[in-house]
Amino acid sequence: MARSTEANVSVFRSLDWITIGLYLLLVIGGAVSIYAASYDFDRASMFSFAEFSGKQFTWIGLSLILGCVILLLDYRLYEAYAYPIYGAVLLLLLVTIFIAPDIKGSRSWLVLGPVSLQPAEFGKFATALALAKLFDSYNFRLNAKISNYLRALIIIFIPICLILMQRETGSALVYLSLIFVLYREGMSGLVLFSVLCTVTYFVVAVKFASPLVLGLPLGEFTVLLLICLVFCLMLVFYCRDIYIARNVILGMVGAGIAVTIAALCDVPVPGLVFFLVMLGAAMIYVSLVMFHHQIQKFVITMAFAVVSVMFMFSVNYVFGTVLQPHQQMRIKVALGIEEDLRGAGYNVNQSKIAIGSGGLTGKGFLNGTQTKLKYVPEQHTDFIFCTIGEEEGFVGSVGVLLLFLALILRVIAIAERQRSPFGRVYAYCVVSYLIFHLCINVGMVIGLCPVIGIPLPFFSYGGSALWGFTILLFIMLRIDASRKERRD
Amino acid sequence: MIASFICLIVIIYIVRLFSLQIGDEKYKEHAESNALLRRIIYPARGLIYDRKGNLVVFNQPAYDVMLIPKDMDKSFDSIAFCKVLGIDMPELRRLFDDMKNPRRNPGYSAYTPQKLISHLSQEDYGRLQEKLYLFPGFFIQKRTVREYAYPCGANILGNIREVGAKDLERDDYYRAGDYTGDLGVEKSYEKQLRGHKGVEILMKDAYGRIKGKYENGRHDVAPESGRNLTLSVDMDLQAYGEQLMQGKVGAIVAIEPSTGEILCLVTSPNYDPSLLVGKERGKNYRMLRDAPGIPLYDRALQAAYPPGSTFKPTQGLIFLEEGTVTTSTMYPCYHGYINKLRVGCHGHASPIALRPALQTSCNAYFCWGFKNFIDKRGTTPAAQFDKWKNWMVKMGYGYRLGVDLPSESRGFIPNVDFYNKSYRGPNWSANSIISVSIGQGEVLATPLQIANLAATIANRGWFYTPHIVREVADTVLDSSFRQKRSPGIKKEYYDVIAEGMRMAVLGGTCRGANLPGIEVCGKTGTAQNPHGKDHSAFMGFAPYHNPKIAVAVYVENAGFGAAYGVPIGSLIMEKYLTGTISPGRKGVEERMFTSKTFTASGTKH
Repeated sequence: MARSTEANVSVFRSLDWITIGLYLLLVIGGAVSIYAASYDFDRASMFSFAEFSGKQFTWIGLSLILGCVILLLDYRLYEAYAYPIYGAVLLLLLVTIFIAPDIKGSRSWLVLGPVSLQPAEFGKFATALALAKLFDSYNFRLNAKISNYLRALIIIFIPICLILMQRETGSALVYLSLIFVLYREGMSGLVLFSVLCTVTYFVVAVKFASPLVLGLPLGEFTVLLLICLVFCLMLVFYCRDIYIARNVILGMVGAGIAVTIAALCDVPVPGLVFFLVMLGAAMIYVSLVMFHHQIQKFVITMAFAVVSVMFMFSVNYVFGTVLQPHQQMRIKVALGIEEDLRGAGYNVNQSKIAIGSGGLTGKGFLNGTQTKLKYVPEQHTDFIFCTIGEEEGFVGSVGVLLLFLALILRVIAIAERQRSPFGRVYAYCVVSYLIFHLCINVGMVIGLCPVIGIPLPFFSYGGSALWGFTILLFIMLRIDASRKERRD
Repeated sequence: MIASFICLIVIIYIVRLFSLQIGDEKYKEHAESNALLRRIIYPARGLIYDRKGNLVVFNQPAYDVMLIPKDMDKSFDSIAFCKVLGIDMPELRRLFDDMKNPRRNPGYSAYTPQKLISHLSQEDYGRLQEKLYLFPGFFIQKRTVREYAYPCGANILGNIREVGAKDLERDDYYRAGDYTGDLGVEKSYEKQLRGHKGVEILMKDAYGRIKGKYENGRHDVAPESGRNLTLSVDMDLQAYGEQLMQGKVGAIVAIEPSTGEILCLVTSPNYDPSLLVGKERGKNYRMLRDAPGIPLYDRALQAAYPPGSTFKPTQGLIFLEEGTVTTSTMYPCYHGYINKLRVGCHGHASPIALRPALQTSCNAYFCWGFKNFIDKRGTTPAAQFDKWKNWMVKMGYGYRLGVDLPSESRGFIPNVDFYNKSYRGPNWSANSIISVSIGQGEVLATPLQIANLAATIANRGWFYTPHIVREVADTVLDSSFRQKRSPGIKKEYYDVIAEGMRMAVLGGTCRGANLPGIEVCGKTGTAQNPHGKDHSAFMGFAPYHNPKIAVAVYVENAGFGAAYGVPIGSLIMEKYLTGTISPGRKGVEERMFTSKTFTASGTKH
């Protein structure tokens, strides 16, 4: 008994109070924003507390209690029960698919009387625990065996599939951010680079369907150009062979100049054939002269280019047939291809107007007109950042962004000071989720990302998300606080 | 690496925020709700034509006085305002109270346009328009209300009403004060009729006066008119049908067999559709809902009646298809079916085969057939009855046919479970339920279902789902109305039934339907019911070869089928096929116009 009290005291002594301070600032900021977003000019005198903010204060109170309980529990509990917790949450996710009512096409909300819970939010910490436990197993190194990758990916993809089956695409995509963890734990940077290239090629290919350049749509032309550029850069920075790279670059530039001149003289040049022949020639040259001690890197470089070309050809197919029409529309709106101000683009346009009208210092607390007058839909949930942008202006919204940045950097620092892979991997999961939520949510509100319905952590109205992130963060704090205990 | 990544993203976002909030004035202007007024331009609702191309429903302008309370002058001159509109102060105060009452107007906000007065008269509109500059914050919204070219067909056409809280929740399209279709095609084709709203963005000065279009209307969206509908209904036939049904309670449904298009859909009592337009709508609606006979109740679709003898053709078809009888099978009839219990019948030759049984509407024949089918050896009554029920469903009974009008009733065809429950177990047999074979007992059908049977027999074994809209401008009709449905009974058996129905007209119960020069086929029905006098029914089609019209008539508490069903049905056929009533039948017509079976206090339903 005495020992445990002593341990608890030491928990609070070794807690990372900076993180807790940031957490409290964000949560309070969120509550204030929700109060502002659901504040009603006309009924202000009738209800001193708007309904949403009243509820949210309850959720916040419960979160704080939850946080304390998590801190008081033994840290070994989280390690020992990582897999059972993961299993239980997966089961909950599975059950949800069948018993949840259909709300706007998704089956992700469990309705328990007056409260609704979204189990997908609790999948985050459970998956983080399971992943951390996996990396913590004896002598586990990600790069040691291909099956290790497989095990990590299985842990990540089971919740993704279950949440996709609930038709909550946004929440499912969040788990993809765990790729950062894999990167930190030794996955090649090439994979991240490929993801970046994939996204870039996709956006460019879809966005610029016209005009035609050398018989190719501008988008495909640009992608092919990028593929050539990436090929050259990989020869320089990845294969580190300046000699071969120089010859390839010179050859390509030469061919490019020749084709440009030909095109200017009205000689018809089939652009696709030109690029394919040029890339082919470059590859034949590289395979003839490459050094055998570096053969793997050259092969990867060439394979990368080949796969990129194939990817480009399949983009139109994927976009046209795999994605649902409303998803296509959201992507098109985000890329600025379609300006659909009454449909999918309405939210984004209205939220840009609301934020834009905030100016440097904003219109003042409770004085926003755009968000109050219900121009912005979902103003207290996914689009809460609008209220901040409108009422607190540039200063306020940058402040919130910097708070989040501080929290993320702090969690990275915590992650790096962990002695066990368990703590480190878990903390990096937290980092990944936070980064993804912040980037996508704020990105969509300011019109830089497609509209994917995920909340802004700690700010958006909703108990499940708040609880999910509170549990996520406080388990990390508890594990971190135990790093001194572990010395014994 | 990850840290630098997130730093980079945050920097990009900050740059973007800078350009949105400080760099770009565009968004600030947009948000200047003080300076900009988003005025909704309502699209013209689609027009409705009948099958001959006559305009049936069209629009007339109506004017609503709108107000943005926040923009009202502190020194609003209420006396002058009252004078312009010819109302007094208490009235104006009441209008303001109603506008602000959260129960009547849940979307009230001082910052958005609110409706103060609806349906301004043309003169008031003119006077107010002239003086509008005196009243900042006020403006006039032009809308359209419906006008009807015929005083009939209200059950088909429906009407429009202001949206309620439920509509606002159900569909994002609506804003408080909008109109939506209620009843009839106005409801079932609401999405096609309403079109798309447009919006114009206007600039206002500090006094709330309109200063022209914002950025020359670059951000305006033009409204898109609703689509026009062409009904399959012949409005002249509809009017004629309503005239015939005067003073009676019931329904007439006529269908063009080759297309499934409904030619008329009469319910009685009925009302003039223009009663439900404008200021008086609420009052009239309550009146029609509470009036004796409930005019708002569409008996043609919603009433489920015992079909009586109009049901017999379906039984003949089942017996033939299942091999229970052949056309030469004879059953005895000694003034009824006598087998432990007795179902009465009237005098005719005995024994009797299927065709003459249809001709004379012999109850005994169908009872015997039903008994032999249900109590067939080597199987159970339940199994046989299940087969029976499936045939009935395939013929269009027991479920909604799927007509393109709201609130169609299913009728009722019992199933095995139903009888197991009411007889507490499977110990029932043909005799227990014998009355369903003659369209009595538990079975119920809507007049539409009965007319659909006539159409199916007219086509000798198939039908199109009955529908009331023939064409929606620039779109294709719903595929369910373009697919033939077949009960799956052989054409030769339908030929037998049609022949029996022809014989009924030539020398049987339907003699009154024997039109000069037109080969009519028909079947009467006299349905007993617990509410009083028998219902009078008729079901038939004409001509015998290549039919053009199938009709069902149902008159509540009017006695024998031959008394009202046959004359009304035959008049409808004659009118539709020849365009007129032959001199020899003017007497019948006159009798139907003037006879009454319904007094406000007398008839129950």
